Amino acid sequence: MSYISKPKVAHPGIPRNKLGLTVRDYEGVISTLCAGCGHDSVTAAIVQAVFELNVEPHMLAKMSGIGCSSKTPAYFVSQSHGFNSVHGRMPSVTTGANAANRKLTYIGVSGDGDSLSIGAGQFVHAIRRNLNMCYIIENNGVYGLTKGQFSASADIGSKPKKGLPNQQEPIDPVSTALSLGATYIARSFSGDKEQLVPLIQGALSHDGFALVDVISPCVTFNDHEGSTKSYAHTREFYHHVVDADYIAPAEEIKTQYDKGAAMPVELHDGSKIILRKIDDEYDPTSRAAAFKYLRERFNAGEIITGLLYIDDSRKEMHDLMGNIDTPLAQYPLEKLHPGKAELKKILARYR
Amino acid sequence: MKPTDTSNPEYFHKVVDCQWACPAHTDVPEYIRLIAQGRFSDAYIENRKSNVFPGILGRVCDRPCEPACRRGRVEERPVAICRLKRVASDHRGDITDRLPKPAEKSNGKKVALIGAGCASLTVANDLAPLGYDITIFEALDTTGGLMRTNIPQFRLPPEVLDEEIGYILDLGVDLKLNHRIESMKELLDENYDAVFVGTGAPKGKNLEIPGRYDSDNIHIGIDWLESVAFEHVDSIGENVLIIGVGNTAMDCCRTSLRLGAKSVKVMARKPRGFFKASDWELEDAEEENVDIVVNHSPKEFVIEDGKLVGMTFELMEYNIDENGRIDRGTVIGEETFPCDDVILAIGQDNAFPWIERDIGIEFNEWDCPVVDEQTMMCSHDGIFFGGDSAFGPKNIIWAVAHGHEAAISIHKYCYDEDLTDRLPVGINLSSQKMGMHEWSYSNDYDPSARRLMPHVDLKERFKKLDIEVELGFTPEQTLQEVERCLNCDIQTVFAAKLCIECDACIDICPVNCLTITANGDEADLRTRLSAPAQNLEQALYVSEDLPQTGRVMVKDEDLCVHCGLCAERCPTGAWDMQKSTVLIPYAQDEAADDQTREAPAA
Ligand SMILES: Cc1cc2nc3c(=O)[nH]c(=O)nc-3n(C[C@H](O)[C@H](O)[C@H](O)COP(=O)(O)OP(=O)(O)OC[C@H]3O[C@@H](n4cnc5c(N)ncnc54)[C@H](O)[C@@H]3O)c2cc1C
Ligand SMILES: Cc1ncc(C[n+]2csc(CCOP(=O)(O)OP(=O)(O)O)c2C)c(N)n1
Ligand code: SF4
Ligand code: SF4
Ligand code: SF4
Ligand SMILES: [Mg+2]
Repeated sequence: MSYISKPKVAHPGIPRNKLGLTVRDYEGVISTLCAGCGHDSVTAAIVQAVFELNVEPHMLAKMSGIGCSSKTPAYFVSQSHGFNSVHGRMPSVTTGANAANRKLTYIGVSGDGDSLSIGAGQFVHAIRRNLNMCYIIENNGVYGLTKGQFSASADIGSKPKKGLPNQQEPIDPVSTALSLGATYIARSFSGDKEQLVPLIQGALSHDGFALVDVISPCVTFNDHEGSTKSYAHTREFYHHVVDADYIAPAEEIKTQYDKGAAMPVELHDGSKIILRKIDDEYDPTSRAAAFKYLRERFNAGEIITGLLYIDDSRKEMHDLMGNIDTPLAQYPLEKLHPGKAELKKILARYR
Repeated sequence: MKPTDTSNPEYFHKVVDCQWACPAHTDVPEYIRLIAQGRFSDAYIENRKSNVFPGILGRVCDRPCEPACRRGRVEERPVAICRLKRVASDHRGDITDRLPKPAEKSNGKKVALIGAGCASLTVANDLAPLGYDITIFEALDTTGGLMRTNIPQFRLPPEVLDEEIGYILDLGVDLKLNHRIESMKELLDENYDAVFVGTGAPKGKNLEIPGRYDSDNIHIGIDWLESVAFEHVDSIGENVLIIGVGNTAMDCCRTSLRLGAKSVKVMARKPRGFFKASDWELEDAEEENVDIVVNHSPKEFVIEDGKLVGMTFELMEYNIDENGRIDRGTVIGEETFPCDDVILAIGQDNAFPWIERDIGIEFNEWDCPVVDEQTMMCSHDGIFFGGDSAFGPKNIIWAVAHGHEAAISIHKYCYDEDLTDRLPVGINLSSQKMGMHEWSYSNDYDPSARRLMPHVDLKERFKKLDIEVELGFTPEQTLQEVERCLNCDIQTVFAAKLCIECDACIDICPVNCLTITANGDEADLRTRLSAPAQNLEQALYVSEDLPQTGRVMVKDEDLCVHCGLCAERCPTGAWDMQKSTVLIPYAQDEAADDQTREAPAA
């Protein structure tokens, strides 16, 4: 951690977004994570993504559980809402918050321990409900905060700093989400912001549950030789399969795309995601094909990244349940509350 | 781009913008840190090493360092470098035993210095301690040159001059006042081992327009200021026009106000932005209600019954092109201003009537001697020039810089060494890391605005000619101003082989200096950085290929605030904050037995 905070002085030519804010206005307090932690880069990518999306800080809600990763919402968009819940409970707290106010943009930041160990049940059900949120897993293969024990995402044979290599089958959040019917599934790497920022933007704009699994090395407990989640290992084995460009609503597509390789997908809010297939054979709209491909490459030891699956046709939680648009806090009390007489009648039915 | 060669001392020297811009390369951030620690005597000595006259320069330096200061690029105004120099001088303790000492014995070499201005005095300062027998010939009955005769006492008190010139004369210099050199030939016959010409640019420019010689109330600025300094003149008319808007004009108008003028107008030919005077001199004059009249070009003097009653000007209009260049202008009218006196302050010329043209000193088309910019020697072996006499009127700090170089050359000349084989500028680097998050310097960015110099009350200051207007910084002001310094000499030093490309440094940098990207040529790289690097005068620091991806780390030096956060956030210590000490060789280093330079302060 740093004893001085990041000075407020900025580059004199710093750009402003449509709200007149600079990227610096989307920062949080200075990080207390270890210097070089991948999670800090993910934070920087989130800051860049929401700045470019012109997100109004007061319309953003940052949700998290426990872990180094779960600490990071403190390090971005200080002017927004936030909830730091118990270990593994971020998905249900977000479900509650979203149920009460669907107008906010929800960004959940979790860890591999927080989501795949203690919080696995919660994670699974948020997907099943197609909860409208951007769910980021900062995946480092260990419990960083508790000093580096293997987490459920540790690969077989991955070596710890001390002790024996991991022998248990890892839980892969991407194939898990795919099997559960998640509607936006991406994987990236904290050291690759060019790929990561548009993936986060797409996830924030997607209507429904959007998972971004980010390999985010723990520089202190899992960045040594023999670790499969180190900077060096990730760089050696990772492959872009489908990159995504995010195009804001009403914005022109400026890049020239090769026909065949580029697939535009229009999202509910009018924004577009242009999928750029690096591997021609891969189809990010077919669940079965995606599953097969991912397993094959996983067995070959490759780390497959990009926007791996997208389905914008499924309804998100509120729409499935036919809920109203208005946040409960803005709904007139007389309508929210049936009144004493009515309440008595309802209760009588259960007597 | 090729990896930056940081072993070249120029590279990190240039990052210290102020020190690079200072002709004498004063170690500005170092003396500011010393002041911050309350070590005023140390700060004074640090200054004196390079600029010789900290008390004088702390008041009247032309301060080329300030426009160069990086602080002026990240926010509006630079650090008040010059004012802080005065703080060091005002609050120093007794430093006499830390000054250069008179030589224990003569080295048998005789050197004549002509003129007792700052250029000659610097040569004396550097050579006398080495055993040279120095004789200074000065035409006037006092020392200091223009510093005493032209810079008014309300800007530079005579005591300050006396004290700092005294330090040099005390080295055992033979000073011959009232001794004008009338013939270079005759002087050369006296068999000096070397001669230094520090006679300045003593001729004020004239204005040959109708009426010029029809009144005694038309004065040449630098002559008039000298007459005031010597108390030959103690009054002036009520209405005064100053012609020209350079620094001499600013001293003339302010002096006029102190000699009884009621209305003083500075008549400028061009619009604002094209004035020669420094901004702060303009501000100080305008604070005293001097009127600056733009776009008026002198046409003629109006003389009635042999008396100057006014002056006529042509009213000008100019076009300024998109590059900010101004054309010659067109006349759109005429205007006459009544006046009692006119002071011409339109520049100075060199004049060497006393140097014979047939003794081997080559003169150029402007009738100035041809002087080598490195050695300061003219075409006649053993004759050196410096200060305003060398390349036309400049300022004190340039004269000092010339003096140091000339002293080195004189020394090498006297010992038959090659004048161009000089000791190179060197650089030392030392890490400033004290602990995980602790640096040996104050690395936090202080957003305070520049402190303003307190002035003597507007009514009070005109009562006498020699009331110093600037009061000097208060302790509180000093305390805040020192923190504005960005410590640009604490360099970011990169070790590519340690970098794991985690991006931590890039994410933390408050001013977007850093980028990891594929290498390219400079023009291309400059467009692909975290923020486009548009200041072409500032270098890109490009690393060797990084181990994991073969990309390069690029730092745009332009706006770095030297906060050290990149080094603090780096998990592997690939970035380090290291203090650079630029080692400038002086005559004493050339003279040292082993020719190693003085070791920098740890
Ligand atoms: C009005 C005015 C204001 C200025 N204000 C500033 C300022 O605020 N800051 C700044 O940095 N600079 C200022 N300058 C410029 C600065 O004063 C000069 O650049 C500087 O003094 C040059 O130093 P020098 O040693 O070369 O010559 P000078 O200071 O001109 O000294 C030359 C000396 O040589 C003597 N001399 C000349 N000929 C002979 C001879 N033949 N024999 C013997 N002696 C001789 C002269 O009497 C004089 O004493 C100002 C100049 C003027 C005119
Ligand atoms: C209920 C509960 N059980 C256990 C813990 C101890 N604990 C704190 S953080 C953590 C694991 C965090 O791992 P992960 O989510 O991967 O985050 P990281 O620190 O690796 O980013 C554990 C087990 C806790 N805080 N609360
Ligand atoms: S322990 Fe690991 S995960 Fe936690 S802050 Fe340090 S590097 Fe990051
Ligand atoms: S010291 Fe490092 S972090 Fe600070 S401004 Fe300079 S490059 Fe950026
Ligand atoms: S913080 Fe250090 S290791 Fe990380 S990218 Fe910067 S220089 Fe490289
Ligand atoms: Mg973890």
